[in-house]
Amino acid sequence: MEHPLIRTEGLAKEFSGVRVLNDINAEIRPGEIFGIIGENGAGKSTFIKLLNGTYTPTEGKIFFEGEEARLTVDIAKQKGITTIPQEFNLISDLNVYENIFLGQEFRKRLSLLDRPRMKQRTTELMESLRASVSPTAQIDSLSVAQKQMVEIAKASAFNSRLLIMDEPTTVLTPIEIDILFDLMRRLKAQGVTIIYISHKLKEVQRICNRVMVLRDGEFISVDSTDSLSEQDMANRMVGREMTQVFPEKTIPSEETVLSVDRLSVPGLLEDISFELHKGEILGFAGLGGAGRTELAETIIGIRKKSQGEVTVFGKRREIRSPSDAIRYRIAYLPEDRQGTGILTQFDVTTNITLSSLRKYTHGLIQRRLEEEKAREYVDAFDIKTTSLKAKLENLSGGNQQKVSLAKSLDTDPEIFIFDEPTRGIDINAKMQVFLFIHKLVNDGISCIFISSELEEIIGMCSRVLVMREGTIAGELEGGAIGDESIMQLATGVTQGAAK
Amino acid sequence: MRGLTRTLKESRIVEILRKVNFERYGPFIALLVLFGISAIASPYFLQIRNLTNILRQVSYTGIIALGMTFVIISGGIDLSVGSMTALLGGIAIWVLNGLGGGVGAIFAAVFAAILAGAAAGGVNGLVITKWRVAPFIVTLGTMSIFRSLILFASNASVVRSTSSIYPELGMGYFIGLPIPVWIMLLLAAAFHVVLYHTRFGRYLCAVGSNERVAAYAAIKTVWVKFFSYVIVGGTVGISAVLLSSRLNSIGSTNAGSSYELDAIAAVIIGGTSLSGGSGSIVGTLIGAIILGIVNNMLNLLGVSPYLQGTVKGLVIIGAVLIQRGRRRGQF
Repeated sequence: MEHPLIRTEGLAKEFSGVRVLNDINAEIRPGEIFGIIGENGAGKSTFIKLLNGTYTPTEGKIFFEGEEARLTVDIAKQKGITTIPQEFNLISDLNVYENIFLGQEFRKRLSLLDRPRMKQRTTELMESLRASVSPTAQIDSLSVAQKQMVEIAKASAFNSRLLIMDEPTTVLTPIEIDILFDLMRRLKAQGVTIIYISHKLKEVQRICNRVMVLRDGEFISVDSTDSLSEQDMANRMVGREMTQVFPEKTIPSEETVLSVDRLSVPGLLEDISFELHKGEILGFAGLGGAGRTELAETIIGIRKKSQGEVTVFGKRREIRSPSDAIRYRIAYLPEDRQGTGILTQFDVTTNITLSSLRKYTHGLIQRRLEEEKAREYVDAFDIKTTSLKAKLENLSGGNQQKVSLAKSLDTDPEIFIFDEPTRGIDINAKMQVFLFIHKLVNDGISCIFISSELEEIIGMCSRVLVMREGTIAGELEGGAIGDESIMQLATGVTQGAAK
Repeated sequence: MRGLTRTLKESRIVEILRKVNFERYGPFIALLVLFGISAIASPYFLQIRNLTNILRQVSYTGIIALGMTFVIISGGIDLSVGSMTALLGGIAIWVLNGLGGGVGAIFAAVFAAILAGAAAGGVNGLVITKWRVAPFIVTLGTMSIFRSLILFASNASVVRSTSSIYPELGMGYFIGLPIPVWIMLLLAAAFHVVLYHTRFGRYLCAVGSNERVAAYAAIKTVWVKFFSYVIVGGTVGISAVLLSSRLNSIGSTNAGSSYELDAIAAVIIGGTSLSGGSGSIVGTLIGAIILGIVNNMLNLLGVSPYLQGTVKGLVIIGAVLIQRGRRRGQF
């Protein structure tokens, strides 16, 4: 019988005595798309980091094509194990082909770079991936989806045998996801094995042959996706019956708390006007790059507006910086958790009080008060951490997000702007975020809810503004909010014509 | 069987060593070790006179290193402090001489030096934050400018004080310790409190750790960075007063030369990372004293002064290597 590409035997990993992965016996067959699902902290990332050589196992063995392999990063690379990380590993100042051949450049005589050949090869790669990315484009200028294509091209340029994809679709629009899946099927047909980690069960169902479920570092099951429903997967992940329900929608009052009038930022936003009512969850839908994050950043004063007015609680306000925004009781939960949301090197307490430190300063910072407050948030949000002094880099994505939420909430906002609040976090944490937002609006706080997950927008919002290319393409309310109506406004074409 | 017990014992030791928080106490342990070696190597080392001398010698760059710690934590660097010392020392003496050299004149001179230092640091900070020029470049430029200004103003000569009481400040003792040492210790205590117990200190670490996150968290990153340069300028002013009063003069060509290296070295040896985000004032103090003991021992052992730079360089590189090893060791 053919050997499995990868087989693990009793694989376990401990960090400073804490077992994060225990006794995993898994087989990954050549040429399959193998899904791994589990909640945050279930051990998915640890598992793949053992496979790509980043970590060495505490116990257990890994067999590559039947032979025991002691994997280091270099050995894994030689064997053709490549990982496309959640946070891309591209150098933004270099262009596409320079990134693809970084460290493994084609050379001519005298060791000079063979640029024409690298460009040529990159063009071929991009064609075979059917990706429209120019070999000489600067990484800076690419969209997230295009950057991902470059990562995949980079992996396939060096004969990848096993491609590990960690949450590849979180940053993609539905159309881009279709393109990615096409590409994965083609790679599979070429004999590449793919490990696919995702929180989106629907996608796992669609693309994977088999799926492994991990929970709290333990192996739960591995099954063919044909024999498993989404509901089964969800239940196995959390270990109990789960239903994805959104909290009941609340009815906002007529009172306007925030009104934005003809707001423009050259090249990004044009003539944006809308009103937010007290106790409302106002959804902002749209494709990536439609300007939703930019709008939020302009409202809170990170970006400079060229024209337009912002009125908060009936008073016209000039918000020039995030500290102005806090003064006028507007909080923002950033989209890019690691890049703008949390300090990975700071501990739980100091992250939570970062924006509201003034409250804890009476002459000097009162650590005791800070810690008391942090403990309250840890309890209320069910933040899983070994201690308040743990650095954020040691927390899982969902728990980091809860810390980020706590930080924004601790500024005592009346208006709360959520930007992709559930990105890269598991179902359980998502539910907690939804309930949290629901509780806020019940307390009379008004929310702007930016999300690329249509399901969430539809489930959470009573009114939705759809953005397209820096403008508001349309407004939907009540029963008119649906997949099709949103996509139609977001793309500017009817669903049928898009396909 | 015996081999097994040995490895068990070894792993026990490794375990205990691992429990010691090297990140935090590394510099202190290094200081103790160095102190022990020095005490054995030279009978003169432990003499009170020698020890207070070491402290006095490190106080000039030590004081600057305290301010430098803030700048480095915020993710910056200041190369101009050496030249600035000469310039501010000159300013102090001119003010002193101009006002007659009495007690009042001394106060005015101190005030002027600190104020001018804050202003000079402010210039660095302004260019760095307002026009977003890399700190390395800006302070490399002002390093040249400050030196050139004092050379021009003094015609490349030694600026001499006419005051007879000015040297009291730098030479004097207070309860057994030289006055500059007291000032260094008091400043260290104050800076320690600022770093760990005030918003400014917390914001410094946040800005150095990730400036974008800090900005999104409503921290005024520009002001935080600006003030770190103002503060280091102030410490240079204090140091310049102490140095010029000790000699009752300041040499425009060589005063403060390579102070920037000693100050930065003290910060690095003390465990503050050059990439910013966190650091320790106590560590910097220890770093400065380590450098002082190394210099002192080389003198006591009769090593050529020309070779002392080599040893200092090795200590700096070694300290960084050990720290990097520690950080890697965690994974």
